[in-house]
Amino acid sequence: MNWPAVSAIYQQEMSRFRRTILQSFVSPVLSTSLYFVVFGTAIGSRIPTIEGVSYGAFIVPGLIMLSVMTQSLSNASFAIYFPKFVGSVYEVLSAPVGVVEIVLGYVGAAATKSLFIGAVILATATLFVDLTIAHPAAMVAFLVLTCVAFALMGFIIGLWAGNFEQLQLIPLLIVTPLIFLGGAFYSISMLPPFWQWVSLFNPVVWLISGFRWSFFGTADVPVAASLVAIALFLAVCLGFVWWIFRTGWRLRA
Amino acid sequence: MTAIVDIRDLQKTYASGHVALAGVTLAITEGEILALLGPNGAGKTTLISAVCGLVRPTGGRVTVGGHDIVTDWRAARALVGLVPQEIALEPFESVAKTVAMSRGLFGKRRDDALLERVLNSLSLWDKRDAQIKELSGGMKRRVLIAKALAHEPRVLFLDEPTAGVDVELRRGMWDVVADLKSRGTTIILTTHYIEEAEAIADRVGVIDKGRLLLIEEKSALMARMGRKELRIALRAPLTAVPGRLAGRVTLADGGTTLVYGYDTRADRTGITTLLADLSAEGIVLRDLSTRQSSLEEIFLGLLAAGQASTASTATTATAATGGTA
Repeated sequence: MNWPAVSAIYQQEMSRFRRTILQSFVSPVLSTSLYFVVFGTAIGSRIPTIEGVSYGAFIVPGLIMLSVMTQSLSNASFAIYFPKFVGSVYEVLSAPVGVVEIVLGYVGAAATKSLFIGAVILATATLFVDLTIAHPAAMVAFLVLTCVAFALMGFIIGLWAGNFEQLQLIPLLIVTPLIFLGGAFYSISMLPPFWQWVSLFNPVVWLISGFRWSFFGTADVPVAASLVAIALFLAVCLGFVWWIFRTGWRLRA
Repeated sequence: MTAIVDIRDLQKTYASGHVALAGVTLAITEGEILALLGPNGAGKTTLISAVCGLVRPTGGRVTVGGHDIVTDWRAARALVGLVPQEIALEPFESVAKTVAMSRGLFGKRRDDALLERVLNSLSLWDKRDAQIKELSGGMKRRVLIAKALAHEPRVLFLDEPTAGVDVELRRGMWDVVADLKSRGTTIILTTHYIEEAEAIADRVGVIDKGRLLLIEEKSALMARMGRKELRIALRAPLTAVPGRLAGRVTLADGGTTLVYGYDTRADRTGITTLLADLSAEGIVLRDLSTRQSSLEEIFLGLLAAGQASTASTATTATAATGGTA
């Protein structure tokens, strides 16, 4: 295990993050505030409580998940796509660095960034609504697992992408709709039965539901199922990354 | 002497069917500078990339410092530094950070003194906090070298280090290479420039169409280059070489020129005797000129010979097929 390499990749990615710290910090604070002004106060005041939780508070876990998922995807996909684009990936590929070190470095850094953004959004949210977190340990666990799983998925997208358009394709056309339709801003139980059933095929529903349970103790689907869902998602991504490095797909001639 | 890099029958055929390496065998001695010459698409970069782990060979075996590059890749790669042909750097990173990052990738702990020494040796210390995108092309190329040297490799591959670089910078690059050699680093460089091979290499290899056509000590090559030709233009054409000169000269240009080959480094070139004999034969001279064969000529000759042999093999193959049909 080449730990200095993990640290080198991680540090490089974090320094990329620090170069844009203002954008990384201001953008989630601003967008969260806007969501609270629009959904929480303007619209939310006319929406009755959902399962005993005010609408403003109800959307907090969804908002955090929305940002954390999209940020993990874009950070990790860019982190590996950019070196491929400028050619500097040759160095990582010719160094005594294995798939484990590469994934720990790139995915670890991408997950750290989105964890940071998740924490900023949570802190901002407490300025607008009263929040008590029912299961803090579970909350952190769900958050970390989601960051890592989506960073892994982003890493795969970055490896696969052949140009900047492809880099945006899957997040934009598939993941964002899945997140919005995954109950970020509503409870699945508010939907007609047929659409409730359809929603169960959306993996994001299981992740958001579990995360929301850690805040309010209520969930759309059983918490254990949420855990299994995220573990499965992680395993599939890990398996795919392992296969990519084993075969050299899109990396080595 | 043991080989630090041992390449045995290395082959690479791309998925497209293109054969980039058709079985290259090459042993590189520790501490030497080997220049690989060859035209574009000869397989030079593929050879380097295969040794460094960027290209998966389809056949053959390579060891670096005794470590197999496939089964013991970590140990093998740890010994190798690579300077790629293209400038491939993160544009927003600072010089010092990107060089320090390279050291980390190769599993070594941070070493600020070494970083300073490497950057100084490449005249980059003043630019250590500058972003890569602010640097000139020549500086970026030196950053690539600094990155490759950051983990103190025993073997350094330089893929066309002076392509598109001005004369002054090229000489600076040669100084860097000479300095590295003096510290015991083994250097393999690919180049288009024959004068570059002449200036810095201990041995020269010529690659074309994925085959190593020649690998020879530069001094042996220089000996071949030492051959010179004396061309003697005659007042009146000759129909045959006069008896006294037979075996020493040949007739050219329709009998108007006599050609005499000799070795410039021999004690006796035989020129004085030749001229005396010419005069004794009563031959009147119009002009004299000498020509030296260059490494470039040897190189082009080899490539032509290589093509001719490929062509004749192809003809034989066709004939054989034709025969069976």
